[in-house]
Amino acid sequence: MAGGISRRLYGPRGWAILALCSIAIFVVMPLLNLAVPAHSPFHVSAYWVTLFGKIMCYAIVAVALDLVWGYAGILSLGHGLFFALGGYAFGMYLMRQIGSDGQYRQPMPDFMVFLDWKEFPWQWWNSDSFLWCAMLVVVVPGLLAYVFGYFAFRSRVKGVYLSIITQALTFAAMLLFFRNATGFGGNNGFTDFRRILDIPIATPQTRMALFAITGATLIGTLLLARWLTTSRFGRVLAAIRDAEQRVMFCGYDTVHYKLFVWTLSAVICGIAGALYVPQVGIINPGEMSPANSIEIAIWVAVGGRGTLVGPILGAGLVNGAKSFFTQAFPEYWLFALGLIFILVTLFLPHGVMGLLKKRA
Amino acid sequence: MSSNATSAHESGGFSRVASGDLDTTHGVVLYLEDISVSFDGFKALNKLTLSIDSGELRCVIGPNGAGKTTMMDVITGKTRPDEGTVFFGQTIDLAKMSEAEISTAGVGRKFQKPTIFEQHSVFENLELSMKADKRVRKTLFSKLRSEQRDRIADTLGLIRLKENSDQIAGFLSHGQKQWLEIGMLLMQEPRLLLLDEPVAGMSDEETERTGELFQSLAGKHSLVVVEHDMAFIEKIARKITVLHEGSVLAEGSMSQVQNDPKVIEVYLGR
Repeated sequence: MAGGISRRLYGPRGWAILALCSIAIFVVMPLLNLAVPAHSPFHVSAYWVTLFGKIMCYAIVAVALDLVWGYAGILSLGHGLFFALGGYAFGMYLMRQIGSDGQYRQPMPDFMVFLDWKEFPWQWWNSDSFLWCAMLVVVVPGLLAYVFGYFAFRSRVKGVYLSIITQALTFAAMLLFFRNATGFGGNNGFTDFRRILDIPIATPQTRMALFAITGATLIGTLLLARWLTTSRFGRVLAAIRDAEQRVMFCGYDTVHYKLFVWTLSAVICGIAGALYVPQVGIINPGEMSPANSIEIAIWVAVGGRGTLVGPILGAGLVNGAKSFFTQAFPEYWLFALGLIFILVTLFLPHGVMGLLKKRA
Repeated sequence: MSSNATSAHESGGFSRVASGDLDTTHGVVLYLEDISVSFDGFKALNKLTLSIDSGELRCVIGPNGAGKTTMMDVITGKTRPDEGTVFFGQTIDLAKMSEAEISTAGVGRKFQKPTIFEQHSVFENLELSMKADKRVRKTLFSKLRSEQRDRIADTLGLIRLKENSDQIAGFLSHGQKQWLEIGMLLMQEPRLLLLDEPVAGMSDEETERTGELFQSLAGKHSLVVVEHDMAFIEKIARKITVLHEGSVLAEGSMSQVQNDPKVIEVYLGR
């Protein structure tokens, strides 16, 4: 865990690993996908690019959750909500980019035509602007997290109670988004995207660009989180996790600390969601289901709380296993997930990172 | 500003000129008046009135449930009094402030059970409690200045944990944890220290040294010590307050208190 907390960003070995990962993301993958011909055994197909891109989005979310759970001790079981909100915010823009190429050949999104809406509801104001939607990606999850956190932390709601409330929050949002009247496509959500910034979305080049941007965001998130947790701010966070009362009696207003890291974490999730939607090609209220948010916590627990790198590994391992299982034995995936969680809780309290550290 | 002849002090009180912005014109650092607190009908504090002089070392004793810890909770903002006022210096009303604000104003508190940051190193424990701008924006970019390092080193020497500076605090012995917590309080540079059973679990030698430390701190700081260890109290006490059922039963020197029939009644009468 975070004991004897390090003060430097990374040592030589850490930077070397990070450099290798960067080469893999920014050089090797593009070469194997774009330059190597499709019939070559070294060719990496679009399927794998999308899968890795998706997993990197999840990894960003895992790092964001680790910031609040591993360091500040706040277990959120509703982080999927912030992820989905970022996805929806950017999805609006992608829907507008379809233009009149939808099934109904109308200038409005198909679901609105189907519902016989004549004009865009207020939520869609300015949604044809990339910058506006990009701003919403950050502001909507951030604002919701700030308001929720303000009341929760000020009333000193913590532990299991806070976790349960976050579950309720994401569940309530899911029900809200299932309604057609909410204006976000009801249970079908958004799909059938054609373009992004007027560039066709399904070409290998666009895919690879999204993949690389996601990779850069993941690395940036990791470094930001690492910088935060190695600062005095990070040591205060860990102190709040271990003895909040002492922190208060030291003169720190812990509400502000929790609120800052909580809001930041939600914003990061929103950005991850916005990167996820154009790569996966769909966003629907299912992303807000309580089970999704619990899964995020499992990634972090599997990788190792309070390690930042661990949750990235956890997101990769669990989602790798998920892709394998859902193809090979689809009906057993949830059992496998439950089993992984039980085994990790029983035998790897510090997750995969704990195991690696012990070996080292 | 100096508290001269205008106010009559108890013999134990050191009248000092207030430093910083704490106004102790009348030589009083803490004044509780008619504090009442009840939990589900149980009156933990019952019109408690108590004043601590600037620079004083006050011991507070009393049987279990007398309200000693509740009194500290009220002073530090953990519990809000149902009625009464808590004044820190002449002007600061603690009853309206949060825990963090009270701490920043200059009140430090040691808990009954040593409360330190178990996963942090000893050095980091002192670093985090050091008097500094404790707002989020400042802590994000703060770096230790050399004089701050020196202060931490001085405190490490004072609490005899120099060798353990890089050790994880959770691995310290119980007595060492108590000392670390005292060190953390000192790093806050408080005007008033509240110490709840500071020598519990300490060896005789550690207890002895703690007593010496407290006596050396008095004068510069004001100390309120709650303790059950009567031998320790006897060694350090200048003035003792006896609490019983949430109010002051007796107050005075050790011998005065020991010979007070009401105190004898409470301690021995049942």
